[in-house]
Amino acid sequence: MVLSEPEGAELGPVIDVRGLTRRFDGFVAIDGATIAIRQGEIFGLIGPNGAGKSTLIKMLTTLLPPSSGSATIVGYDIVRQPGEVRRHIGYVPQLLSADGAPTGYENMLLSARLYGIPRTERDARITRALARMELTEVADRLVGHYSGGMIRRLEIAQNLLHRPKVLFLDEPTIGLDPVARETVWDHVRDLRESFRTTIVITSHHMEEIEELCDRIALIDRGHIAAVGTPAEFKARVGPGATLDDVFIQLVGGKGEAEMEEGYGAARRARRAAREHG
Amino acid sequence: MAPPDARAAPPASMADDRISRAFDYATQSFAVAAAEVEKLRHDPLELFTRAAQPVLWLMLFGEVMAQVRGIAPGRESYLDFLAPGILAQSVLFVAIFYGISAIWERDLGVLQRYLVSPAPRSALVIGKAVSASVRALSQAVIVYLLALALGVDIDLNPASILGAAAAAAIAVGSALFSTFSLIIACIVKTRERFMGIGQVLTMPIFFASNAIYPLSLMPGWLRVIAHLNPLTYEVDALRTLMLSAGQSDYGLLLDFGVLLGTVAILTLIAARLYARMGY
Repeated sequence: MVLSEPEGAELGPVIDVRGLTRRFDGFVAIDGATIAIRQGEIFGLIGPNGAGKSTLIKMLTTLLPPSSGSATIVGYDIVRQPGEVRRHIGYVPQLLSADGAPTGYENMLLSARLYGIPRTERDARITRALARMELTEVADRLVGHYSGGMIRRLEIAQNLLHRPKVLFLDEPTIGLDPVARETVWDHVRDLRESFRTTIVITSHHMEEIEELCDRIALIDRGHIAAVGTPAEFKARVGPGATLDDVFIQLVGGKGEAEMEEGYGAARRARRAAREHG
Repeated sequence: MAPPDARAAPPASMADDRISRAFDYATQSFAVAAAEVEKLRHDPLELFTRAAQPVLWLMLFGEVMAQVRGIAPGRESYLDFLAPGILAQSVLFVAIFYGISAIWERDLGVLQRYLVSPAPRSALVIGKAVSASVRALSQAVIVYLLALALGVDIDLNPASILGAAAAAAIAVGSALFSTFSLIIACIVKTRERFMGIGQVLTMPIFFASNAIYPLSLMPGWLRVIAHLNPLTYEVDALRTLMLSAGQSDYGLLLDFGVLLGTVAILTLIAARLYARMGY
């Protein structure tokens, strides 16, 4: 599909990141990141484990203060106005953030209260969000009995209640089967179509990135190595290239050992980042 | 670009704004507490398994130690003396490990969800403390019934407000130690380290207090420590409020003053540290 130009010239970038840097004990996790993301864009962050994607997301969601640089989200500064930023964003972490012990509805109620949704509107908004994510029938079941795909949809539903302008999805389909994955993708696209929500996704799944994202930033060892559309990325590598090829070539053909999931891989990547930092 | 701001209201409505903020704050604390209580409702077994320990203390330790002369300071029997101490102890033992739930939630991603919400950090910390208090109160009911069954001289006058005041002492005591526990969790951040520290802390807090013996039996240095221990004031309040013949050593005003003051300080510290759990 073709992304229309942002409506109205008064709209600057919804996410405006300028020289954002975060150091941990001498190791630079993110070094001078600068990106501008428009309203209604689905923007992908890709890069090897430990490259700094999560650190960047944590700073943008106000979980982690930056060491230097600045960023605004819908005009609010992440350091000076964290409360306002939180009011306007949704965040679905890579880990399962829905609680297993309560029911789906109770999880929704918790979010509604945390986001200060007026009592008179709570039930209607929860019902609508559950319906949108096709969870109406299982609303009263304990989340512990949900499938992985249902939990992901519940987490997205929880993040719709306060109608965020920006939604951060960290590895949204990790561990899901292909059908569940497709369903999540459909819902993500639907959010953009219906509300012009700006969506930032991190993923290791190049098919997912290609399927969903209008633009991508490749992050490598704390630096934003390149920004562009999936087509532009592929054109750089050559005819017939897939995004996987792009990834491997731009990250420097570190081989499979660096790409695998897990603590060892993350530690190696961090060590590499430290050495090159 | 000026962002649209619904709350950029004229000064006339600033009082309204403050009220609505206070209301939001209470709702946000309540949300956290309610979520915990729902969990307890779905799986109440925990409450009964936790009642086992006070049963053992009262029935085994209490019955044997009652034979030791001079351990009860006079007016009441040793079992009477012991029951409020064991109640405070059972609350302490549950509360001191409460922080581990924050570590669980951090590992799960639930904590991140709390932290990206607009709820002030202190509202989240207070919500956690309130939920710990709800647990403590449900446990207190069991210890109360048990103490009655064992013939402890409990004040049962239904018209008295003592019951409500005793409940308040239990709730505040639980809030105090659960918030302390949360602070430890925020510092150590891993379950293994937390469990180690929790074990190391429980015994000194328990033994360096008036829970199972009067301070008069203690050597001078230990008595000083016991006077700095908030558990001593919780037990003193409970002894005053729970028993028919209850008398306070320090006065309820001081007891509650120490407890509430400590809770306030711990909450401020915990709110700062809790925010860093998202790193």
